[in-house]
Parts: sequence; structure tokens; C-alpha cells
Amino acid sequence: MGDAPVDYSDAVSETLARVPIIDGWFTMDEIAPSLIGCRCPRCGTYVFPPRAGDCPSPECESETLEPVELSRTGRVWSYTENRYAPPPPYVATDPFEPYALAAVELEAEGLVVLGKVATGVLAADLQVGMAMQLELDISHRDDTNEYVVYVWAPAAPAPSNQQRANP
Amino acid sequence: MSAGKDIAILGVGMHPWGKWGRDFTEYGMVAARAALADANIAWKDVQYVAGADTIRNGYPGFIAGATFAQKLGWSGVRISSSYAACASGAQALDSARAQILAGFCDVALVIGADTTPKGFFAPVGGGDRKHDPDWQRFHILGATNPVYFALFARRRMDMYGATAEDFAQVKVKNSRHGQHNPNARFTKQYTVEDVVNSPVVSDPLKLLDICATSDGAAAMIVCSMDYARKHLGTLDGVCRVKAVGTVTPVYPQSILELPDIASDSTAVIPAPSRKYKDSIAWSAYDQAGLGPDDIDLAEVYDLSTALELDWYEHIGLCPEGEAEQLLRSGATTIGGRIPVNPSGGLASFGEAIPAQAISQVCELVWQLRGHAGDRQVDNAKVGITANQGLFGHGSSVIVAR
Repeated sequence: MGDAPVDYSDAVSETLARVPIIDGWFTMDEIAPSLIGCRCPRCGTYVFPPRAGDCPSPECESETLEPVELSRTGRVWSYTENRYAPPPPYVATDPFEPYALAAVELEAEGLVVLGKVATGVLAADLQVGMAMQLELDISHRDDTNEYVVYVWAPAAPAPSNQQRANP
Repeated sequence: MSAGKDIAILGVGMHPWGKWGRDFTEYGMVAARAALADANIAWKDVQYVAGADTIRNGYPGFIAGATFAQKLGWSGVRISSSYAACASGAQALDSARAQILAGFCDVALVIGADTTPKGFFAPVGGGDRKHDPDWQRFHILGATNPVYFALFARRRMDMYGATAEDFAQVKVKNSRHGQHNPNARFTKQYTVEDVVNSPVVSDPLKLLDICATSDGAAAMIVCSMDYARKHLGTLDGVCRVKAVGTVTPVYPQSILELPDIASDSTAVIPAPSRKYKDSIAWSAYDQAGLGPDDIDLAEVYDLSTALELDWYEHIGLCPEGEAEQLLRSGATTIGGRIPVNPSGGLASFGEAIPAQAISQVCELVWQLRGHAGDRQVDNAKVGITANQGLFGHGSSVIVAR
């Protein structure tokens, strides 16, 4: 992998700065974080990830987009679970712990946003259509920083395996 | 649609797929020589080289047209080099077709070759590239290509009742087809048990549901119909390219596709009624004046077993949600109503990106000529390919004789 092993001990974390894994994609609100997208001031369409510049709609000539906080809740469009460590530039734990990802549909914005799923929630706990909400989690740590990433978490208790359409 | 937009395929050739670890140009030369010999054309007669690029092999890969023109011996030939991710080979074919139909050349070599690294594809190039969506999806999410394949697979399970056994049956079918293909990398015949018991990579997909990355090369000689008539003395039985569909998505692209982290927004403009991957095949059908009922075989992009099922629906072989039924009926096996991936598909080849869309067309040609040996589809007259690449690329080619 070429990257230094990641230290997850709590003793280290107390001295680390808490920084977002990428700037400007989500608020660092510990209680009720939001994704930060963009909205076109002319046609009203939404964009995520946030960016500067032109509206993506071919029917709109706006050359600016404005930052906007997106809905904190949505429904699962689909999901998966990584059982092998992704290659760099992903920073994997050693040993690697499987984690889930979910693509969540935000109704008001008409966006489907891919994110990691909260630690400990795996594919067996998820289902298409399930209600999810945005939270923050730790992606990884290095010598100076603790990197925070947005994650999707079940908004309600996960259904039992018996209730799943296709176990 | 008028035959005036047809071009002929005079010859095809490949270097077998594998993990050979040699320079990609070596494979390309083998494929080019084979296509030239198959066409009975000398290199000096080629007027245009349309190269499909590989971005993992340095500068020679970025300028594939020139690289192969030089390897074959500078002849003053005109060139193009196309990069369209997995659709690169089809875009190279489209470039050659446009030159021929415009009358700028009569005969062209279309070529793609690749040498691939082991394991997951990772972003090309090093360093922190925070504005590159390819870097972002790996760094922030660990969203490898199989993650996206798995999202589509899981939707089939939760929406349409697909099972892990259905996905495995695609691999079983394709390995049965591919065992007879001398250019295939994997010729073992797999069982459902082999597939479902292989390790989970990205749930619900197992190792044997996901295509490997391979080395390989494919090439073809294409020409104007006039040139073909003069060269062959007849056009009877000649394979014709009836369509090359290379459309991009229409806004809003409401489906989360590789490598995007989010879809476009449907808040203001509703999603188009024809979804992107449907539109790839339909753009080819519309060009050719043909429809799914006219097709005798299909080569589709089974990056995963479950994605092959998606393609049954995208190319119109069955309505959405019924691909599992079509598979279970045996219709897509050689001997069935509409065999899919008689070559063995990516399941048997693995993916050699710039060569892959060309190799799909090579298979159609061998099938339409009746030269496919033990994997022959009886009386095949019309075939379609379908392929998808990253960043809004895709292709569909229709060949008829």
C-alpha cells in the first residue's frame, strides 16, 4: 500500500486536530451536520459535490452557483459493503474492517448522494428504500489530524433480517 | 436507414487476453498483423490509423494512433488517438467510420491494446488531486469500480428479486461460452457453487462475479463499401457496420454512475424518459433502422455478472425487471433465442480497456461469418455490442451481413 499504518488508539486522538477529509462538502456540526451542495440562483437546480462555476443544466446560462445546505435525510437508492481495502488514495485501517456504502436519494433536491455508512452498520442492516440521515464519523488519523467524513446512518432502527425481501 | 452510411469490416484480429506483463505495443502488433492478414491488405495500403488509447502505459498509450503507425513503419498515414474510457475502441471505430464516409480515406486500421496493473483500478497519476472526481471517490469513500457494480447488483436484488444464484448463472453461462474461445484468458468452466463460494468483494458481488483486468489487443480493418467491392469482387456476405452509437447522457443523469459521487438533480428538470444506458443502444438501433427483434446475438459489457442482466434490459431484450427470467429461460445461452456474450464476455476475458469495445466487434464478425467454431451462434446475421465507460462514455455497435 505504501502508506503508513493508521493509529486508532484513543490516547492519540485527544491531541489531534479534528478536520474534514475534504473542505467545504459538509458542515462540522456534531449534532446535526449537513452536506453542503450548490443551488443555481437562476433555475434552482442542485449540485453535489459543491463547486464554483456554471449551472450544469443545458437549459440555464447561469455562470454562478450558490452554496446551500442539503436535506439531512433521504432514502437508500442502493448500498454495498467493501470487504477488501480499497487502494490508495484511500487510507485503510490495518487490519482492514469491512464497511458499508450507501447511495441515498434526497427527495427535495432530487439528488442521489454516495457516502460511507456509519461504523458498525453493514449491508445486512440496510435495504433499498430505508430512511437514512447524515452523521459525521472518523475516516482516519495521522500524526496531527483526525479526518472527519460524512456518513449515512439508519434514521430508524434497522429491520431484522427476517423482514428483508432477499436475505 | 440507408446503406450509404455503411462501412465494411474486411478483417479482424486479436492477441489473446491474459496477464502477460509485456509492453502493450507487442500485443497490438500481433492483433494488427492478424487483422491485415485476415483482410488480405498490406500495411502500406492502410490510409488511416484510429488508435484507442491506454492511459496506464505512459506517452505511447496516449498517442496510440501514432504509436502503432510507427511500430508498423511510418508510412505517412493519417492518424487519430481516442480516449473514451471503456468505449475508447468504439470511438476509434467511429473516427475511422467518419473519415471513410466523408471520403477522406478508403481503408483504415482500428486498434487498441493494453497492459494492466494487478488488482483494483486506482486513479491514474499520483499526488492529492482534490478537484479530480476520480481521486475524490477513492480518497473520501473508497468507492472502487466494484462498489458501483455492487450498487446496481443490490438494486436488482431488492427491486426485482434477483438472487446470488442468478448472478452466478451468468458467470456459468459465459464460462461455458468462453471455454471454446482461443482468445479468452479464462477457459475453466465454473459452477454456481464456485461463484457463490468465492470471497465477497463488494457485497453482494463475489470475486467471480467481477471481471478481472487483463492485457490484450484487438484490431480491425474497415473500409468503404466501394473499396470492399473492388477488393473482394463482391459484397455478398461482407460484414457491415450499420451503426456506432456513442451518445453521452442527457441532463439530468439521474442514475449514479461511475465515477460520480452524486447524480444530477431532478428537482427542476425531470429525468429523461430514456435512461442513459438505454439511450446508448437505442442510438445505434435508430442509426441502423433496426430494433431488438432484428438481433441474433449480443456482446454486452459484463463488468459484473449483474450488469449483464441490466444490459438485457438496456438493449431491449426484455422489459425492466425481467432479465433474471430471460436468463433462467436459457434464451441468452448459445442455442437459445438471443445468445448474449457468445465470446465468453468479460467474464472470460477480463477487461483490456482500449481493446475491449473492438474485441466485441471482432466477435460479431466471427459469428456473422460462421467462423466462431464451438461457440457458433447458428445463422447469425445481425449482432449488437453494448459497452459503458466512465465519465459519460458508452458505445453500441451494430454489425450485419
